[in-house]
This record gives sequence, C-alpha cells and structure tokens, in this order.
Amino acid sequence: MMQVLEVDGAGVSLHGDWTLRGLAPHLPAVRRRLAGLGPDRAWSLKGIERLDSFGATLIWRAWGRRWPSRLEIDDTRRATIARIAHSSAHPIPLAARARMLDTIPALGFTLFEFAAHVRDFVTLLGTLLLDLLHLLRHPRRWPLLEISATVHKVGVKALPVSALVGFLIGVVLSYLSSLQLKTFGADVFIVDILGMGIIRELGPVLVSVLVAGRSGSAMTAQLGVMRVTEEIDALAAMGVSRSLRLVLPKVLGLTLAMPLLVLWTSAIALFGGWVSAWVELDLSFQFFVSALPDAVPVANVYIGLSKGAVFGLLIALIACHFGLRVQPDTESLSSNTTASVVSAITVVILVDAVFAIATRSVGLPV
Amino acid sequence: MVPPMTSPVVSLRGIHTRFGRNVVHEGLDLDIAQGEIVALVGGSGSGKTTLLRHIIGLTRPAAGAVELFGEPLHADGEQARLARRRRFGVLFQHGALFSALTVGENIAFPLRELGVVDEAEIRELVALKLEMVEMEPEHAVLMPAELSGGMVKRAALARALALEPELLLLDEPTAGLDPDRSAAFVRLMRSLHAELGLTVVLVTHDLDTLAAMATRVAVLAERRIVSFATLEQTLQVDHPFVQRFFLGENGRRALERAKGAA
Repeated sequence: MMQVLEVDGAGVSLHGDWTLRGLAPHLPAVRRRLAGLGPDRAWSLKGIERLDSFGATLIWRAWGRRWPSRLEIDDTRRATIARIAHSSAHPIPLAARARMLDTIPALGFTLFEFAAHVRDFVTLLGTLLLDLLHLLRHPRRWPLLEISATVHKVGVKALPVSALVGFLIGVVLSYLSSLQLKTFGADVFIVDILGMGIIRELGPVLVSVLVAGRSGSAMTAQLGVMRVTEEIDALAAMGVSRSLRLVLPKVLGLTLAMPLLVLWTSAIALFGGWVSAWVELDLSFQFFVSALPDAVPVANVYIGLSKGAVFGLLIALIACHFGLRVQPDTESLSSNTTASVVSAITVVILVDAVFAIATRSVGLPV
Repeated sequence: MVPPMTSPVVSLRGIHTRFGRNVVHEGLDLDIAQGEIVALVGGSGSGKTTLLRHIIGLTRPAAGAVELFGEPLHADGEQARLARRRRFGVLFQHGALFSALTVGENIAFPLRELGVVDEAEIRELVALKLEMVEMEPEHAVLMPAELSGGMVKRAALARALALEPELLLLDEPTAGLDPDRSAAFVRLMRSLHAELGLTVVLVTHDLDTLAAMATRVAVLAERRIVSFATLEQTLQVDHPFVQRFFLGENGRRALERAKGAA
C-alpha cells in the first residue's frame, strides 16, 4: 500500500496522491485509518501532492466537519477543502422514504390517473369528431397523403408477417381438429370448424394482436418521440392541428387497412387449414371450397370484417392516446408504449366478447 | 508517485475520417499537452464534434492513431480501457443527462459505477459538484425534463466532473447559456484548471468564452488543423476561415471585450 497517511506522537500527516484515482485501490484501508483520528490532533497536509474534491471530502469527514485547531496546510489545499466545508453545510435533500401510509394516497392517485385517461380519451374522440365535421365542410383539407402512407405502413407492409402467422395458425388449428374428428369419423366437419372459427373469430383477433404489437406500438413511439423533440409543439406553432395531421390519418388509415388485413389473413389461414386437412384427411381443394359457403353463412364474413374495422379504430385511438401522453423522458416513453400495446390487446378482446354477445343470433348455420 | 507527464494528454496522428463519400479529416495531427485549455474552432460541418468523438472513443477514424495519456485509446484489455475512460469527463452538446434519473442520481451515477465510494460520501460529492456549477442543493431532486436549457448544461458539467477527470472534453459548453452564466462557467473552468491542472478540450463558437479561457486555439479547416497556437498568434494566421471567424465584426468586438476584461 502506498503510504498516504502517517500518525505519530506529533499528529497526523498526509502525503502523496489524495485523488479519487490514487486512493481507489486502497480506499477501505484509508477510510479505516482516518476513522478514529478526529480534529483534535495536529494535522499536516503539507505533504499532499495532489488533492481533488474526493480526497477533500474524505479529510473533511475525518475531521468531523470542522477545522482542526492545529493545521498545517497551504492556501490552494485550504480552498479545496473550504469548498467541501461550504457545500456540506447545505446538503442535498433526502428523497422521502416510502411508508405504508403512502399506499392510500397512491390508490387515490391511481383513480385520478384513470380519470385523467378517460378525460383525455374523450377529448381525443371529440377533437377527432370535430375534425371530421371540419373536413366534411372543407373537402380539400383531407390529409389524403398521410392516410395513404398509414395504409401502406400498417397494411401493405404487414402482409407478409400476417400471412405467415395466419398460415401457421390455420395449419395448427386444422391439424388438432382433424385428429379429433377422425376418431369420430366426422371428417367433413373440418370445413365448418375452420370456416366459422377463422372467419368469425380467429382472423380478426389474430390480426388485431399482430397489428397492436406492430403498428400500435410504432404509432405510440412516433408520437412520443415527436413530443420529446418538440415536433408536436412546432406543428402547433405553425397553426397545424396535431389531431388533423397526426392522429386522424392514423385512425382512418388503420380503420381502412384492418378489414383488408383481416380478409387476407383469414383467407391464408383457411388455405393453411386446407393444406393440413388435405395431408391428414385427404380432403380435396374442390370439396373444401364448395363446402365452405354452405358451412359458413355469408353474414360471418361481414361480422369478421366489421370487427376488423372496429378493432383497427380502437388500436389506433389507444395508440395515439398514449403517444400524446408521453412526457419528455425515456421512462415515460417506454411505459406509455407498453401501456398502449397492453391496453389495445385487452380492449380488443373485451370488445370481441361484446361482439360475440351482440351477434349471437346472427350468421349461425341452422 | 505521479509519473512525469512528458507525453501529450491527447495525441492525434494522421486521422482520416469519411462519411460515405464525404471526407471529413485527412491526415489530421494534433497534440495537446497537459494543462492546456484548447479551443477547437472550425466552420459548421468541419468535423469538430466528430474529432471529439474520436477522442472519446465513440467512433474510430478510418485511419490514424488516437492516444490518450500516452497510451493508444483502444489498446490493452477491457479493464485498462475502462480505467482510461474514467480519466476523462465529457460534456455533450445537449447535456445527455439520463432522463429517467434525477439530477442528483445523474451526478452520482458515475461514482456509484466506480463502486468504491460510499453513499454518504456520494451525497457530499453531489452537493459539492452542484455547488461547483452554481446550482442549489434542492435541484438534486429535479428530473432533467424540469430543468431549463442552461441548467441542463450545468448539471451535465457536474456529472462530467464527478470522477475528478484529468481531461475534460466539452462540446459547445456555453451554447444556450446567458452571458452571465457563460462568464460564470469560464470562471469555474479557470478555477478548476488552476486547482487540478485539468486539461480541457472545448469545441465552441462563442468567441467570448474562447478569448477568456483558451490557452491555445486549434483551427480545423480544409480537413486538417491549419493552425494550433495561442490566440494572438492565431490572429496573425493568413487563412480565410481565421480571418472571417476572428476578424469579422463580431469577432473583433468579442476580442476587444476580452482584452478589456483581462
């Protein structure tokens, strides 16, 4: 160990390198030796070669925050320690410790938070409605470019991944069902199971989950970063409505693109289902296609497509709602993006249940 | 047992940098001795910030050698590189405070990472660094988003100073500060310089700061350092950029102010 500290009958003398880098290797030993010394001894700091504010802090703490009466020190070192002496008289406030009682106000704040969400969401809806009215009166103001860009981004670019997922889900669903049906010799009902399941239920929900993860998160993050970088404020400063230019195109674009995406994914999933049924049950394509209209009344297609539109609307609204709530820090950006995706998927499944109840007498084969 | 610092703190040799087709540095050399305050000036897009990033080690030049404290920047093992990194502090142009942490946690962050300083000492050091940059202890609990632009700069400087660096790299330290704060910043840098023998490299457009602080001026133009000398000597250099930058109307006024203050 480098000798930086000497204690003898005459007092304490410090030597050498009293900097963070110099002391770091043997810091515990230095701390230990400094601990019992106190300001009543004679201190000599003449031997110190380098002193930084960390070294000064150690010394000041060893002195118990007051100047020793017998001290040998030169002026620059004294100034360094004096700075510590001054700042340690004004310590930084301690962060309040969490107590059990804090949970009660925390609960209340959660409630307020929820109320704020509801209020903001309703405000967003109202603004969009006003924007739509405005656009109906000024048809030239439609943000067509932005809407088509959204359709391209959330629709066209999602075709490959939704096809892949749809195909695989179709294969798996058909395979599992045909195993069961084979034991009962009810092979032909595979068409009913796949048709009803995919067109009415699975297609829209599957696409919604995919789109919420893929496009909903992207929308939230984009709006969030635009808030962080003050781009949204810049728009407002130019007198451009953020809801008209940023939110409305996303909402309309996704509402338009989702039914198409549902149609595409359901079709591929049915195809995947047929492939599996063909392998397992030796079901011909002609039979599959001709049996489908009998097994699935056409009303189911309309239900599936309208579900798609509604889910698209909800996902975009929720994504924009959370995007506009982002505060200018990274924590808020990540938590709002998470909240956006989780809420979108939850709401989609809730609304799907509502759909199931509302359409319970529609489109079922007799 | 401090080794005699004969080798320059920062040494750049034959630096080449290109972005796609755009050549930024071509055979650039620069040596910065210990205790200097070097102002790096140059036109927009002349690669000042890129040069700073080379020194920090965030980017690597296409060719050439970067040496810090007499050792190649990217040489040796992980531990040695880390130790080298902790010998300099950086103030980024927009502060780059961690937005998820409070100001106090931001300043404490490098100290905690070091793993040898205990919490009570950290608290005192944070209070000290805040005072050094003329902030109040109460500011420690604020989030970076709650600070004004100038306060962000000062908090970021406090963080850069946390590990008691020997070399301080400052990217536009006074941009966005009011003249009063700029002057205070200059005073602070001078006193740190006097106390710790700090070496400082700053990229700046602010002639007032430059004239008040810099012991040397490095002029970056035509992809290399065209002049590296004291301010008085730099003013004699017959180069169009130097003439425009220092001897335009604004430049002249700033230099006169600095002379008046001195």
